[in-house]
Amino acid sequence: MMVEAKWIDIGPVEQLPALGARTLPVQGGQEIAIFRTATGSIHALANKCPHKDGPLSQGMVHDTSVTCPLHNWRISLLTGEALGEDKGCVPVIPVKIDAGRIYIERVAALAGVA
Amino acid sequence: MNAPVLTDVEQEKDSRHGRERLVVIGNGMAGCRAVEEILARDADRYAITIFGAEPRVNYDRIMLSPVLAGDKSFEEIIINDQSWYDDNEIELVSGDAIIAIKRDAKEVVSASGRVTPYDRLLIATGSDPFIIPVPGHKLPGVITFRDLDDVDKMLTAAETGGNAVVIGGGLLGLEAAHGLSLRGMKVTVLHLMPTLMERQLDEAAGFLLRSELERRGQTIITQADTAEIMGDSHVTGVKLKDGTEIDADLVVMAVGIKPSINLAKLAELEVERGIVVDDDMVTSDPAILAVGECVQHRGACYGLVAPLWEMCRALADFMTSAPSGYVGSVTATKLKVSGINLFSAGDFSGGDDTEDIVMRDASRGVYKRVVVKGDRLIGAVLYGDTVDGNWYFDLLKRQEDISDIREALIFGQAFASGGATLDPDSAVAALSLDAEICGCNGVTKGQVVACIDGGANDLDSVRSGCKASASCGSCTGLVESLLSISLGEDYGGARTVTPMCQCTSFTHEDVRRNILEKELKSIPQVMQELHWTTPDGCASCRPALNYYLLCAWPTEHEEDPQSRFVNERMHANIQKDGTYSVIPRMWGGITTSDELRAIADAADKYEARLVKVTGGQRLDIFGIKKEDLPSIWADLNAAGMVSGHAYGKALRTVKTCVGSEWCRFGTQDSTGLGIKAEQMTWGSWMPHKFKIAVSGCPRNCAEASIKDLGIICVDSGYELSVGGNGGIHLRGTDFLCKVETEEAALEYIAAFVQLYREEARYLDRTAPWVERVGMDYIKGRIVEDEPGRKALQERFLFAQSVHQKDPWAERVAGAESHLHKHIAEIRPFAILEPA
Repeated sequence: MMVEAKWIDIGPVEQLPALGARTLPVQGGQEIAIFRTATGSIHALANKCPHKDGPLSQGMVHDTSVTCPLHNWRISLLTGEALGEDKGCVPVIPVKIDAGRIYIERVAALAGVA
Repeated sequence: MNAPVLTDVEQEKDSRHGRERLVVIGNGMAGCRAVEEILARDADRYAITIFGAEPRVNYDRIMLSPVLAGDKSFEEIIINDQSWYDDNEIELVSGDAIIAIKRDAKEVVSASGRVTPYDRLLIATGSDPFIIPVPGHKLPGVITFRDLDDVDKMLTAAETGGNAVVIGGGLLGLEAAHGLSLRGMKVTVLHLMPTLMERQLDEAAGFLLRSELERRGQTIITQADTAEIMGDSHVTGVKLKDGTEIDADLVVMAVGIKPSINLAKLAELEVERGIVVDDDMVTSDPAILAVGECVQHRGACYGLVAPLWEMCRALADFMTSAPSGYVGSVTATKLKVSGINLFSAGDFSGGDDTEDIVMRDASRGVYKRVVVKGDRLIGAVLYGDTVDGNWYFDLLKRQEDISDIREALIFGQAFASGGATLDPDSAVAALSLDAEICGCNGVTKGQVVACIDGGANDLDSVRSGCKASASCGSCTGLVESLLSISLGEDYGGARTVTPMCQCTSFTHEDVRRNILEKELKSIPQVMQELHWTTPDGCASCRPALNYYLLCAWPTEHEEDPQSRFVNERMHANIQKDGTYSVIPRMWGGITTSDELRAIADAADKYEARLVKVTGGQRLDIFGIKKEDLPSIWADLNAAGMVSGHAYGKALRTVKTCVGSEWCRFGTQDSTGLGIKAEQMTWGSWMPHKFKIAVSGCPRNCAEASIKDLGIICVDSGYELSVGGNGGIHLRGTDFLCKVETEEAALEYIAAFVQLYREEARYLDRTAPWVERVGMDYIKGRIVEDEPGRKALQERFLFAQSVHQKDPWAERVAGAESHLHKHIAEIRPFAILEPA
């Protein structure tokens, strides 16, 4: 039996360093990057820069954006949109925090799973 | 037993007969305020009974901190004394908690067995402190900070002095720590997050708060994860997950609160995080209402006092038949620690469509940040100067259009309300003549204006004339405004300097000078002291600042791994497919059969897709997954190899030819010198990558003339040249000098590397730097100034004594292991049954 909860618990918030990120692979789907900003807010994006698929999880987080490590595109953690002159968008996966744990929305996380 | 037991008091109160019976569970701030609000609207409607678990009258819980700190007595924080209950014919049952609600019978049952019927029931049970269930949390001496009993316990403990540990660096924890510290205890605050009060403060304000608390003698440990509370019969200390042990005679848990919902849950009312209420504060049972910290309204639970007042008003309106509806609250926070002014309100998490306006005044210790979205103010954080907190909060709550006062918003109400359209120049024009412009040199506006009137017509002449802006430079904008106001069209305009990035008006050189002069040792400190205009910098200034700090203060600076580029964070080179390439060091390009075997084994084991000989005479193993990095490093370490730093702004390789040992043209042991040079310089962080080569004769097989530092051996010694580059802009080296011995060559290498480390801008290779400062300058510092050269060499070797360590070995030993692991993994099919 599969539990069809809306949210998937992926562990405690403190697993993420401030201004840092961790990765969440999805079997058969797209790897997700989970970010934590200086103010402690948590965001999740597909771990692929819209430019050339760079791993956003390895970029530098500042304010509410991340700079891709490959070519310095700046991507919004809130909308997934490329900022500044660049154009492109990466999927945002809804997350919520409850009692210090991170929950990720099941449907969005499994998007693209064949 | 279930029959109501009427007390004498109840029988006497004839005037209560015939009224609707309102029973309130909770004699705290919410319960009593709700009753006050109801009485104010209709004093005769209800016969009211209040049950309180604490054996005392209603007091102002948020004033417990001042009681602990000794600023107030209990009597001073009583809101309603016994006469209030008497005058309003309210029956107070204190010290007897309600243990059950019988909804069918419309009765509540207390711990003593007393049964009380109700027509309407109001639940105002507030919240309970959250206790981390670590081993030892029940030991005597471990307390929370919630009511007067807790304060009494803290005061008793403080009488004998000793050590207190406060777990939780939020509002409540810091207030407890402050009180205990004032009462003479030695206090350590443990906070799980990197920033104190991270829900109310951003990193910059959190940094200022931390510095001030530390200055007052508290020890603050952030990212402190409590593993256990130690002690046999009484607490003796706290142990963290990283093994740190802290002595403690008293432990205060102040990690947060949770709505107290047990009664409601037992009564099968709808509860989630809190008791679910509608806009009239009615629960899922129409006869039962709830108010305060125990409720959840439109998904939100509140732990502050202002929302509570708003809820009570809506509740009273509804209960007196004039429902108004509660729509939720915007909250603001002030820390009640005397001498620390701190205010925070609204949303300051930032975002693309929001704009930050930041003002820092280092000399006064002020940090202000307001967040604007469209034409509305949505958040504010103030530290040091909070006089405008209420004004910002008001703008925020009323969602007022601030477009007219936007430019002046950050200067505060007095200023922004002063005129219609304001630009920064008129802001400066409005300052009085004795307003201080330059904090470093104590120069007033009047003195600057006098200097301009006396003939100064640009920034430099003001600087030399009256010293304003001549030190840290943070008032440069103000001085330029004054020039522009005083000279009008005669002012030639602001000077053209390139600031480090868009977060600051300081140049790289200004920043480095200030780091040394002001002894700045962490990134937040630099950003505060140098008036950064963004809360946490950007991808261009953060790595630069991290480098400048480690270069200036090798042993004291606070390394920030999040301010390193990915390659330096992962100690490997990221490739376009997100895998990494791994290059072990080969000293001077020399390897052995054992090393080659280990590399071959590693390439097989980790399924490397390519092994390539690099231009720097070593082997690059491609296609390694980030999860595998620590184990491939462990394997290479085991074969005696260390990180090649091929990923770093650091010494890369020392390329050599075989030299006099084998080559018929070789004049000196170029390989040997290359290995010595690499062993001296490896592991040093630099403004950019740095390559060295040593050729054994002028045929220059090691291509020394396009390296950052090239050595060409000749019969009579070694020719040193610098500033070459084989990259986009091909540049041959410039001759520096010739030395006679290997020892001298190494001394000059160390001195040149250190001069580059100390003076080049971050991300400057040696070529543009040499062109900018000129070879005469470099020769003057390295060749002509022997004591200067030796001092540079000494500083380099000192820095190396700190930084020269194999980062791979540290990672293999477990450092930063989270960087190489996924947070979790989702396997959607693993739990699917076949159809």
